[in-house]
Amino acid sequence: MALAEPRPPAGMAILPVLRDALAAGFVALALALPMIGFETVDVSGGGLGLETRFGAVAVAVVTVMVGRIALSLIAHGAAVPVLAVSVTVTGFALYRAIGGDTVSGLVGVAAAVLSIRAAIAAWRGLPWPADARLVVPPAVVGLRRALPAAFLALALVFPFLPFVDQRVLDIAILVLTYVMLGWGLNIVVGLAGLLDLGYVAFYAVGAYTFGILADSAGFSFWMALPLGGLLAALFGILLGFPVLRLRGDYLAIVTLGFGEIIRIVLLNWYEVTGGPNGISSIPRPSFFGMPFRASANEGETTFADFFGLEFSPMHRVIFLYFIILAMALVVNAFTRRIRRMPVGRAWEALREDEIACRSLGINPTNTKLSAFAIGAGFAGFAGCFFAARQGFISPESFTFIESAVILAIVVLGGMGSQLGIVLAAIVLIGLPEFLRELNQFRMLAFGAGMVGIMVWRPLGLLAHREPTIRLHPPRGTESRGAEGRGAEGRGAGQ
Amino acid sequence: MEYFLQQLINGLTLGAIYGLIAIGYTMVYGIIGMINFAHGDVFMIGAFIAIIAFALVWTTGLASIPLAILLVLVVTMIFTAAYGWAVERIAYRPLRGSFRLAPLISAIGMSIFLQNYVQLLQGARIKPLPPLISGGVILTEGNGFAVQLNYTQMIIIVVTVLLMAAFTLVITRTALGRAQRACEQDRGMAALLGIDVDRTISLTFVMGAALAAVAGLMFALYYGVVDFFIGFLAGLKAFTAAVLGGIGSLPGAMLGGILIGLIEAFWSGYFSVEYKDVAAFSILVLVLIFRPTGLLGRPEVEKV
Repeated sequence: MALAEPRPPAGMAILPVLRDALAAGFVALALALPMIGFETVDVSGGGLGLETRFGAVAVAVVTVMVGRIALSLIAHGAAVPVLAVSVTVTGFALYRAIGGDTVSGLVGVAAAVLSIRAAIAAWRGLPWPADARLVVPPAVVGLRRALPAAFLALALVFPFLPFVDQRVLDIAILVLTYVMLGWGLNIVVGLAGLLDLGYVAFYAVGAYTFGILADSAGFSFWMALPLGGLLAALFGILLGFPVLRLRGDYLAIVTLGFGEIIRIVLLNWYEVTGGPNGISSIPRPSFFGMPFRASANEGETTFADFFGLEFSPMHRVIFLYFIILAMALVVNAFTRRIRRMPVGRAWEALREDEIACRSLGINPTNTKLSAFAIGAGFAGFAGCFFAARQGFISPESFTFIESAVILAIVVLGGMGSQLGIVLAAIVLIGLPEFLRELNQFRMLAFGAGMVGIMVWRPLGLLAHREPTIRLHPPRGTESRGAEGRGAEGRGAGQ
Repeated sequence: MEYFLQQLINGLTLGAIYGLIAIGYTMVYGIIGMINFAHGDVFMIGAFIAIIAFALVWTTGLASIPLAILLVLVVTMIFTAAYGWAVERIAYRPLRGSFRLAPLISAIGMSIFLQNYVQLLQGARIKPLPPLISGGVILTEGNGFAVQLNYTQMIIIVVTVLLMAAFTLVITRTALGRAQRACEQDRGMAALLGIDVDRTISLTFVMGAALAAVAGLMFALYYGVVDFFIGFLAGLKAFTAAVLGGIGSLPGAMLGGILIGLIEAFWSGYFSVEYKDVAAFSILVLVLIFRPTGLLGRPEVEKV
């Protein structure tokens, strides 16, 4: 498993490899026998019956043993043949999986992971000249600089592309909601280094603020939006003030507990929140007071009438898309600016070394509190939007798994990277929406992905954890001033 | 008074289960300083292996219930321990020396993975375990309310006490326990003195998982139903128990478990069942704010 196993000079002993594979197979057998080997089934009469699946156990054990041998081979320099075989197996297994064979599919995924692993080893093993360094050609650097702008341009014209129908646009809105949440959580986790496992609680506060105000006082989306954000930020301060003195992992658990408390309160406070039934018929956002409806009420002009368009339900979806796009971009711009300000720098410094910060006169509690409250506020805004888009909210939408998904987006994207979060949200939220058949494996892959990212690339797929500012900028970037833009261009910011 | 006594018994039983899980948290935290977020799910897997083992024992037609329970106990402990070992080997060992939050994030991923793994393999529906042991002893009776101590509750409390005794012996008297205590104090120094640190940590996870397996078996016996989501809440409460007792302290974990069990039982007995989880989490927050070292924990000194 270790990435940097030293390579022995030549040849390999077969016996230790086989012993290693046997041990792995034995453990796999112990793991698979009870859980895969037997399936509990309900029997009529309230008893408990068992069905056996020993074939699947055998497949699992053999897969693990073969994989283990292949890993040993890679470590001994035989990456290319392993790559050839594993790619073949991947193709064959996935071909069979299309026919509806789950076991083949899982074997295919295992073989695919192995192929990636072998490909990396083979790439590293190529006979590079001794003085070769990875020189990025200027064109690629320019392309990378242009990537955020290209994404932005694509996002702006996206609703008008020919292949975009309502379903695709709905998915895009969902992805953008998660991008916004990811960017908001990134302030807390990526910049300030505080692990918040209850982020969804602030999202819920925002959503319920709008829901309750709309239900009882007839507030519109635009009136409730600032209140939702402010109230969520206030909750962030109330929670953060006592607990932000805690060490990182305690903080994580307390925020998790807080998220559950909010959910349980929402579930049981029937008079206000409607309990498990939630709040329905929340009004949709209007365009400067003009509703998106086929026919106007007394004294109103609909959006379509005002612009002389023919009414289409797509108008509202496109409008929602641009609202969430604008909101997400505000969060992004805010983050980029505040990283250059003293408080943003204090966040990053605090993430790296709290004791040093304290001795330099930074007040850790206030600094953390500001990050926590700002992150919570953005979640509140996103929550308001969520309520307006769905028209219906219930505690079901605000479970721990939702917090974990947002955290996974931030972690996968590379903590601190703005662009990485966009890519991660597309991969984690957008793709599964298109692959509905694979939905049951989605969360499984999610969990495995989080472990895999931490084990192989702890800093995320895209980013390196670069400070925004350096005391001694690397050579070649001084000419651009002390802002350390060079470091940013390498993926720390967008 | 009778009602109070009944809640006391219920709370103690619940507390015994939480305490057994809490020991897994506290041992791992003591030795490598991380919160093993997936421990609650190891407990859940233990509960599933237990009901599968019960179903298997039935098909063999074993008549003696005590023997069946003993057999299931041993089988469950062994197979769940394999899960504890594998979780550490795959998700935590490669991360030693990584940045501070990496193991915790990996553990969250592992927890999600295990929940969905069980859901896929065993189905999302609640699995019932038909009651094995019925009846109990009526302790006192008054005001039309009988205080009952179930045989199941008796078994849970007795087994917990026995396991705790055995466990304390292992920690204080054996070479393995000595190695664990050494690793807890100073891992580098222990390695220099010839202790296999990796093996010690693995065995810590194995022991924690085995105790969680017992807790899972008892949970299945006590409540009679198991599903793939029980690990989340139980794990969170057991973690609260470990913090309340002072994380890193073994007697503290047991004490914390019993306190959390009692709080939960009395809260649902006298105030409201809906908010019993809120009570447990509020305790966690309050303890962390006012006494972060817990009841029996040592203060943590932060070194530069």
